[in-house]
Amino acid sequence: MAASISGTEADTALIAAHKPTGRISDPIFVGLLWASGIFVLVLLGLIIAMLFEGGLPALREFGISFLWSTTWNPVTERFGAGVMVFGTVASAVIAVIVALPLSFGIAFFLTEIAPGPLRRPIGVAVQLLAAIPSIIYGMWGFFIVVPLIAAYVQPPLIEWLGPIPLLGALFQGPPLGAGMLTAGLILALMILPFITAMFVEVLESVPPMIKESAYGVGATTYEVYRNVSVPYGRTAMVGAVMLGLGRALGETMAVTFVIGNATRMSASLFAPGATIASTIANEFPEASIGSLKLQALLQLGFILFVISFIVLALSRLLVRSKLKG
Amino acid sequence: MNFAPDTSIDIASAVNRATAPSAQPKLKVEKLNFYYGDNHALKNINFEIPEKRVTAMIGPSGCGKSTLLRIFNRMYQLYPGQRAEGKILFDGGDLLSKDLDSTVVRSRIGMVFQKPTPFPMSIYDNIAFGVKLHESLSKAQMDERVEWCLRKAAIWEETKDRLHTSALGMSGGQQQRLCIARTIAVRPEVILLDEPTSALDPISTSKIEDLIDELKQEFTIVIVTHNMQQAARCADITSFFYLGELIEVNASNEIFTNPREARTRDYITGRFG
Repeated sequence: MAASISGTEADTALIAAHKPTGRISDPIFVGLLWASGIFVLVLLGLIIAMLFEGGLPALREFGISFLWSTTWNPVTERFGAGVMVFGTVASAVIAVIVALPLSFGIAFFLTEIAPGPLRRPIGVAVQLLAAIPSIIYGMWGFFIVVPLIAAYVQPPLIEWLGPIPLLGALFQGPPLGAGMLTAGLILALMILPFITAMFVEVLESVPPMIKESAYGVGATTYEVYRNVSVPYGRTAMVGAVMLGLGRALGETMAVTFVIGNATRMSASLFAPGATIASTIANEFPEASIGSLKLQALLQLGFILFVISFIVLALSRLLVRSKLKG
Repeated sequence: MNFAPDTSIDIASAVNRATAPSAQPKLKVEKLNFYYGDNHALKNINFEIPEKRVTAMIGPSGCGKSTLLRIFNRMYQLYPGQRAEGKILFDGGDLLSKDLDSTVVRSRIGMVFQKPTPFPMSIYDNIAFGVKLHESLSKAQMDERVEWCLRKAAIWEETKDRLHTSALGMSGGQQQRLCIARTIAVRPEVILLDEPTSALDPISTSKIEDLIDELKQEFTIVIVTHNMQQAARCADITSFFYLGELIEVNASNEIFTNPREARTRDYITGRFG
């Protein structure tokens, strides 16, 4: 081999003796990898196309106003997505508002304050919250949380906050327990572990030296958190929140149990409502093939898909931009 | 076993020979021991840091010099399992005493780190951040303070037109001088420099060294460095640490030309470390 530069016949023979090992198997392997990659794209494309095509007749029938019309009347076959779109967004936003401060607290406690032996148990407990199946949250919500809220939370809130102008509109109606607020609270618990885990990751990626520098000019723990750690990971944190929002938007079973399933629009947090996912879950069994209702439900599915897609795409973008830089 | 000579005599004579006789001790380390968990990292250190002088700490990696620096502003307290025993006298009080608030200690004894550590905000806010923690200044006073410390850190000319742009866009050398300015802005009495030029190019390094020479007019400076030429150039006093012990402390020109201890000589002539 040492003389290979001279290119003698002996060398050529030597090279020929080394048979390429992967002449057949490697292209197959590479081909399979390509196929797996393409499969995802095809699958995604087909689902979008199927949903859109299935729902197209409903869109034709009711026009673009399907998106915001608040009528949902299976008897007269007048359908609109307004109530469900509102319910989906509202319950998800409530969930994020409740989950955000809790996640901040847990994440900062875990990364900065918690003594070593406590760090793992709490971290694992948070992760286990994510392992609880959605249906369990639904049952627990329906049998435990809903009665508790109806008995102890809603009556005083209605009494105290109800009479206040404007703000009071959020706290009207009978204390049913099931409703938008309860759905939001259950959702908050469900997205808490995801947001917290991302926050922990972001906070841990803050270089210790930057934190020490802030401590070094005499900052307190809170000041370091507020002015250095959080700004350092702000973009990624917004991404984490969006990711949680995305999960809350599409959550079905738990929400169906506790939201009350009323296809009416109401400003009150206590009024029963519906999300896109809960409506589809409830009404799909009653929709016959080819009916306008089925088409409206498919169109609803498409709308949910688009909303989630936008939110998730945004969150990916934001998370990536920070974790890379 | 303690090989360290009686350093209190050393430093007194060193100060007398090297500098004006008026230099008072600013920090006085007495019988200091430091532990990382079970690891005994600093062993019975007795040491004085004279006021308005540059004191260098040299020694091979792991010798405890950075550890000592991080005790001076109580940075070690952020980490459970690290503890210090002994005394560090600072203006008559004990730095290690629990009665002293860490944030107060850190505003009087500032620190600059190995790598530039600008906060993720504008140049102006980087400086204002620390000042706001301790003083409430009007906008005009703050502007004045920012200009004052940027001038002191010899970076005003480069930054005056871009004060409100992100500090992350500056070069490494500029960032490090910004970090020095940020430390000065709080108006500390002591500035700790932990290998401040190890991440910088030679030109930036020489700018920082010139700066150190300027700053000692007003501040007491302690610098940890791996670069012995740097210690020889900048420091009035140099101390040599080895395996957690203070081996020798003397005027820089003495220690680099005529070290008393064999281990100091071996280190500065490059035989180990």
